[in-house]
Amino acid sequence: MIRLDQVSKSYDGGRTWAVRGLDLHVAEGEVMVLLGESGCGKTSTLKMINRLIEATRGRIEVAGEDVRDLDPVLLRRRVGYVFQRIGLFPHLTVGENVAVVPKLLGWEKPTIARRVDELLEMVALDPDAFRDRMPRNLSGGQQQRVGVARALAARSRLMLMDEPFGALDPLTRASLQDEYRRIHRRLGLTSLMVTHDMTEALLMADRIACMRGGEIVQVGSPHALMTRPADDFVRRLMETPKEQADRLEHIVQSDDGEATG
Amino acid sequence: MAEETTFQAWWEGVVEQLAASLENLPDYVGQHVLISALALGIGIAVSLPLAVLGARSKMLRWPTLTAASIIQTIPSMALLALFYPVLLGLKYVVEMALRAVGGGEAEAPFSALGFLPTVIALTLYSMLPILRNTVTAITGVDPAMTEAARGLGMRPRQVLLRVELPLALPVIIAGVRTATVWVVGIATLADPIGQECLGSYIFAGLHMENWISVLVGCVLAAALALALDQLIGLMQSAAETRNRRRLAVGVLGLAVLVGGGLALPAVPGRRLAALVRPARAEPGEAPVREPGRTYVVGSKTFPEQYILAHAVRNQLRSRGLKAITREGLGSAVIFRALAAGDIDCYVGYTGTIWVNYMKREAVADPQNVLAEMTWWLADTRGIRCLGPLGFENAYALAMKRRRAETLGAESVADLGPLAPDLRIGGSYEFFGRPEWANLRDAYGLEFADRRQFQATFMYKAVATGEVDVIAAFSSDGRIAAYDLVTLGDPKHVLPPYDAVLLVAPEAARDQAFVEALKPMVRAIDVETMRRANYQVMRDENTKTVDQAAAWLRRQIGLTEEQGEPKSP
Repeated sequence: MIRLDQVSKSYDGGRTWAVRGLDLHVAEGEVMVLLGESGCGKTSTLKMINRLIEATRGRIEVAGEDVRDLDPVLLRRRVGYVFQRIGLFPHLTVGENVAVVPKLLGWEKPTIARRVDELLEMVALDPDAFRDRMPRNLSGGQQQRVGVARALAARSRLMLMDEPFGALDPLTRASLQDEYRRIHRRLGLTSLMVTHDMTEALLMADRIACMRGGEIVQVGSPHALMTRPADDFVRRLMETPKEQADRLEHIVQSDDGEATG
Repeated sequence: MAEETTFQAWWEGVVEQLAASLENLPDYVGQHVLISALALGIGIAVSLPLAVLGARSKMLRWPTLTAASIIQTIPSMALLALFYPVLLGLKYVVEMALRAVGGGEAEAPFSALGFLPTVIALTLYSMLPILRNTVTAITGVDPAMTEAARGLGMRPRQVLLRVELPLALPVIIAGVRTATVWVVGIATLADPIGQECLGSYIFAGLHMENWISVLVGCVLAAALALALDQLIGLMQSAAETRNRRRLAVGVLGLAVLVGGGLALPAVPGRRLAALVRPARAEPGEAPVREPGRTYVVGSKTFPEQYILAHAVRNQLRSRGLKAITREGLGSAVIFRALAAGDIDCYVGYTGTIWVNYMKREAVADPQNVLAEMTWWLADTRGIRCLGPLGFENAYALAMKRRRAETLGAESVADLGPLAPDLRIGGSYEFFGRPEWANLRDAYGLEFADRRQFQATFMYKAVATGEVDVIAAFSSDGRIAAYDLVTLGDPKHVLPPYDAVLLVAPEAARDQAFVEALKPMVRAIDVETMRRANYQVMRDENTKTVDQAAAWLRRQIGLTEEQGEPKSP
């Protein structure tokens, strides 16, 4: 579905490289997670796919077509995009936010209205209660549900997600992660998601691409990355959830002693 | 009993002044709303695209905002006045071009006086707040919003129209709101360049010491600005809260206010005036014989000019011609306006033209001034001088009688050695005129202090001893009222200032118009003019300009009813 071939990006005319010689293939129907610390080039990679920024070198294919041959605007309408800071338009209602892309595509009004309700239901928001509300009256979790609905609105088969659940509290994040997996499977989507959260990556990904310094270090299933890390960096990365669990365990036990003592 | 009668007389005077003001209300309000709305409309239409381009490109933003700021620093009055000569020049160029293309006489299809320069100047004034707010608002839109818009597949135009402008709207409306209050306020200054507006109340009132008129103008202008400010404020808060009903109320209120203002001139002013004043016989006007042409009678900024303009207008109407006045024009503006045909006639003064336009100094023979000027006007400007009205209104240095006697000053020549201990007062215009420079140089006048006054305060200042000498006007009723003496001019530095009826080149060929004016030539002696002037300037039993004009016409035997001299 997406194929990156020796893709590089430099913001300063070639002196430093944000992304360097990247090869990546996202197969149809999978959730691929780009994992790495901030500044490793994962968001730049995502934005090059729908040409929000242009690749300096290399070739990017979406559904078999070189993105450089496509009108970037039409390309973006075809590809769903969920933004890191949610990015709902504050001057539009929930319904109008969801309807942005169908409207751009010139759908009929009744078709758009039906689609909006369908999508709100899909992301577990009651259409009658939420359709006409303004985004500022919604909780963070509700806002990102709308964000996901908006990205899906034009029946995109391909979703690009830039740390979509990063700004949410842990409980909301967990339920949205589950729901997204469900939606992904039901609609047969192909998703490329960027995150720096190891746990999120392990829970959501079919495959993970680990990035460091603008390059991919290893691509593989969560299981493969945990059992056969390519280097120390990947191993340390994969061990973080387990380390955290150990530390939590430690705290729980010492606390237990205090409480009984 | 006596007190009651005085109060009653005073009250009747107030009511009459108010009625006279109300008579003009439909036109003044209508014109004020028209020029303000048009200037703001054009201002918004020009500023918004400029601001959008400015928000996109830094190269464009700086020069645009700087230019708008520079315009803002020009005093409003100067900016308004500046466009008159500019447009006159443009008009001349257009006419030359038309002539070159079509041959023969050609007239540019616009007037350089009044409406056009006003709208241009007000438009320029409206631009800065709209430009600045729009640029700030657009550049201040959260980049996450524009990136989301692009990421969803909006084209640059769609990003602007669907995301940036809606998000910037409250701040843009705030800019329009500021511009509106400015423009409505500054529009009052359009009166001196010949545009009727609420400022016409204020300027006429100041020149005539008619405080009721000043008050009416100020109150109406403030009320208009306030109402617009509130309505636009409502729209602004509607845009902030996305409240459609509030927006609808604001738009509707605005439409009613502007529409009502524009439609107001359809209401006859006399009917409004009749609401406050007791019924009276309307001055008769002959039926209009020539429906097409409306003649414009100009007036400068002092009472005598207002009275004469009204008297001339009434004279034209009594002959069945349509006529209006255009009052309160500056000295420099009015002469050019006549030459350009923006006004059809006004009462000028020989000396003013002699010194200011013919650039002459020495007066070899006072008798020849009129003849020479008449010839010069016809020859160089095509202006026709119909002849003197019969009185002189000269600049004359005047002092309190007792002060002059104590100092032993009988003529300006005596002032020379005394001047370093004396203070002189003059009108705003006087010290800028060549007459003053000529007088000063000829008699070696070096006064201790020099102060500028509005005419009213100038007479009061010499009466109270605040200044010792003033540059008075010889036909002013206040010379006698304040017991002043005028000082002689033995060197004949000052030319004679006979009032003359001047007619624009095109109107001079109009036989009906010229014939209608002729009965006023040599009809007014200086005593009659002084008394008419004093009627509108005295503090008690003050008359309106119309009343004084009617009185003047009765005195010289031109009744309002017929327009033919009464048989003696």
